[in-house]
Amino acid sequence: MVENDRWGLLLAHLILILGVAVVVFPVYVAIIASTHAPGTFLQGVMPLLPGSHAVENYRSVIFEGRSNAGAPPIGLMLWNSFVMAVLIAVGKIAVSLLSAFAIVYFRFPFRIFFFWVIFLTLMLPVEVRIVPTYQVVANLGMLNSYAGLTVPLIASATATFLFRQFFMTVPEEMLEAARVDGAGPWRFFKDILVPLSITNIAAMFVIMFIYGWNQYLWPLLVTTDDRYYTIVMGIQRMVTGADSEPLWHLVMATVVLAALPPILVILFMQRLFVKGLTETEK
Amino acid sequence: MARIVMESLSKVYSGGVQAVSDVSLDVADGEMIVLVGPSGCGKSTLLRMVAGLETITSGTLHIGDTLVNGLEPAQRDIAMVFQNYALYPHMSVYDNLAYGLRNRGVPKPEIDRRVQAAAEMLQIGEFLPRKPRALSGGQRQRVAMGRALVREPAAFLFDEPLSNLDAKLRVQMRVEIRQLQKRLGTTSLYVTHDQLEALTLADRLVVLNGGRIEQVGTPMDLYRRPETVFVAGFIGSPAMNMIESAWARATSGLPDGLPAGSDLIGVRPDDLTLAAQPGGLALTGRVALLEPAGAESHVYVTLSNGQTVTYRTQGLPDLTEGAAITLHAPLSALHPFNTATGKRTG
Amino acid sequence: MQTKRMTFSSGWLPYLLLTPQVAITLVFFVWPASQALWQSMLRQDPFGLRTTFVWFRNFQRLFDDPHYLISLKTTAIFSLATTVLAMSLSLLFAVMVNRMIRSRDAYTTFLVWPYAVAPAIAGVLWWFIFNPSVGILPYMLRGLGIDWNHRLDGTDAMILVVIAAAWKQISYNFLFFLAGLQSIPQSLIEAAAIDGAGRFKRFWTIVFPLLSPTTFFLLVVNIVYAMFDTFGVIHATTEGGPAQATHILVYKVFRDGFVNNNLGSSAAQSVILMAIVIVLTVVQFRWIERRVNY
Ligand SMILES: Nc1ncnc2c1ncn2[C@@H]1O[C@H](COP(=O)(O)OP(=O)(O)OP(=O)(O)O)[C@@H](O)[C@H]1O
Ligand SMILES: [Mg+2]
Repeated sequence: MVENDRWGLLLAHLILILGVAVVVFPVYVAIIASTHAPGTFLQGVMPLLPGSHAVENYRSVIFEGRSNAGAPPIGLMLWNSFVMAVLIAVGKIAVSLLSAFAIVYFRFPFRIFFFWVIFLTLMLPVEVRIVPTYQVVANLGMLNSYAGLTVPLIASATATFLFRQFFMTVPEEMLEAARVDGAGPWRFFKDILVPLSITNIAAMFVIMFIYGWNQYLWPLLVTTDDRYYTIVMGIQRMVTGADSEPLWHLVMATVVLAALPPILVILFMQRLFVKGLTETEK
Repeated sequence: MARIVMESLSKVYSGGVQAVSDVSLDVADGEMIVLVGPSGCGKSTLLRMVAGLETITSGTLHIGDTLVNGLEPAQRDIAMVFQNYALYPHMSVYDNLAYGLRNRGVPKPEIDRRVQAAAEMLQIGEFLPRKPRALSGGQRQRVAMGRALVREPAAFLFDEPLSNLDAKLRVQMRVEIRQLQKRLGTTSLYVTHDQLEALTLADRLVVLNGGRIEQVGTPMDLYRRPETVFVAGFIGSPAMNMIESAWARATSGLPDGLPAGSDLIGVRPDDLTLAAQPGGLALTGRVALLEPAGAESHVYVTLSNGQTVTYRTQGLPDLTEGAAITLHAPLSALHPFNTATGKRTG
Repeated sequence: MQTKRMTFSSGWLPYLLLTPQVAITLVFFVWPASQALWQSMLRQDPFGLRTTFVWFRNFQRLFDDPHYLISLKTTAIFSLATTVLAMSLSLLFAVMVNRMIRSRDAYTTFLVWPYAVAPAIAGVLWWFIFNPSVGILPYMLRGLGIDWNHRLDGTDAMILVVIAAAWKQISYNFLFFLAGLQSIPQSLIEAAAIDGAGRFKRFWTIVFPLLSPTTFFLLVVNIVYAMFDTFGVIHATTEGGPAQATHILVYKVFRDGFVNNNLGSSAAQSVILMAIVIVLTVVQFRWIERRVNY
């Protein structure tokens, strides 16, 4: 459309630049704060330009920590978060692929019933059943373990629905050709269906990785041993754990490290991420 | 290589739709059978019952000497070419061809030999490493053929394999399929709704209507002697003209010597002449439209009862639109039918 | 619900395939939820020695409890404010980005990544920025004569958590609005332009109504987000304070169950929350179904 609206366009750019600034600002501040010496924060308002203590601060939080200030080293926490995110993402994808396969490619008694059972997970987020879920995990002896951190979160209606939707768009003839070619259910699943779903799987991985990495309440409930702390929940102990004012330069270095991996995943896989996000929720 | 014997095959879908009714057909070893009929008449259903992709509601089906009613598609020793080809998009052409053989545990060198042979036969050798996405429609069609070939099955099943191609390519592939089938001598069932394809490919044609067989025969049989009104109207282009006997008699154009009960007379546009045919049919009307079509022309003539008949002639006839005209046909060219039974009377 | 035209026939295989998902759902979702239901009708004496079945008395007590009622109100304000803020900003950004051609991807990249930031971290970031002694914003606000202190002032605390929660949610809404905008046929907008509608008029009479399915969907998603997923924002920053000014329902369930050990009440609160999520989910799916059907 030919439209001569130079001022409008300028205004639009202006609004967007402002918006981007607001969106970026908190992280910018965090990065700046993580490069200063502790003394800086005692002198009042924090500066807006980088300081010179970046290397020192980051080395300190990753490897040493300040246990007296409620800040154990976070190297292990980063690792725990990574393990948790990967296990949850892989687990959710595997479990959902199998369920979607069953629901789309088989006809069997109680199919609809199972569909609703899976649907239920959408209606019962952890947040609404905190105490009894904790009790179940405790009774199963899964507190302070990777299994406890991941297995209860692996059921996923979202991913199952996404794969179901995708399977429905796979041409009928794909299965028929495979049947004529002598493929049974399992062969069809592994040779045809899973390879065909690879983009969807990757998109789901991005989303579920972020979901897993960002878990907060769950690790808070099931871990008391700091060997199993994840980074996102660990920060809370650093902010509120100490009586005095938090050690802001270290807290912010931790914040940056906690936020960075999922942000990088999004930035590098933006296409997949957008596709996965907007398609699951349709 | 095998005979296929269908006995009283019927299919009722779970919704209650009766798609195929009481179809019996004996397909000889090496024969090319073409199933034709209007959309929804049950062609695909019948083919898919043979393939094992639809369960058989009743009746029996033998491929070779084996009763295959309860067998999986893979156990029936058939290969199928789908309308949309159904190539595995994530596999190379080579893997597409090899997949069925691998699943059957054919040894690697043997797979390679067969894939190479099929590729050469279909001239798709250079595409073997490619993904189907990187092929043209015609090339994909060849790959789909290749996937059927490598299996060296007892029978080929084709479900409108050429309908996604443009007209020119369709003719070319039609010829190739026929040559290939003759050379290999593999029993084939071929579904199409394109009657030209049907007439040119078939050893025998099967016309289906509403899930039932109307007539089985060689293309020429069906063209020369359609047994039902439906077949008469379905085979041949332009379609056969159907004249009510009562009207023809009233205009004194009806010959004697037609069998009793012939209340409908069919005559092909080709069999009409301007020259009088003593003892034959005479139709008087006015030229409604003259349609030159290159070597031949189609003349549409409106009769006094308002019906339009088609007359086909060579070259461009010396006729003017609106002029009175009388068309003739010899008795031997007439196809007498009875409307109540829909059958030929003699 | 459909399957494929042709399906595999196997007696036990589909059940086997469903087992992992269904087992996890039953053990970690359905069972705890039914436990919550059961416990919501029990009451323990203060020493945890005796448990009595009290029917709906826990619920009755809850609704007589001013703390709970305040928490309800706080949750409503918090959810509404977060939703409105996050949705209006992201709609504005999406509309602006949709006008761009060359810079579209660049802006999108800059606007999507907060999705990756955990709510708790978003909370800590803004907690720091608003920190009364070292934060940059209170310093600037002082210049304007505003005295900011979210540790003492409930309104300040509420504003803080709303901003943090909304900030994180902008990316999500933005992507959906942008996708919604891009699915509106350009020809409709051109037709309106030919009919002489100006930019604003076109937006309000054509674009916005056509966007309403997306808007509605996001409305539900945002309310669910604000009510449940923001636990981390509150827990990592204000801890419900000051003076319960940010004590939202989810946080209260957690406190009453874990810190105050009031299981009956916590379970009753869980049940109420469950009812809320179920209603919201059903509304959302009903709506989607309807939209798909036309
Ligand atoms: N899975 C099914 N369930 C119920 N009815 C079906 C099913 N598949 C086909 N039918 C019905 O059975 C009849 C025959 O269908 P079929 O696909 O065999 O027709 P066709 O002759 O191949 O037609 P076309 O030339 O359009 O491909 C049709 O009325 C169709 O609607
Ligand atoms: Mg068909």
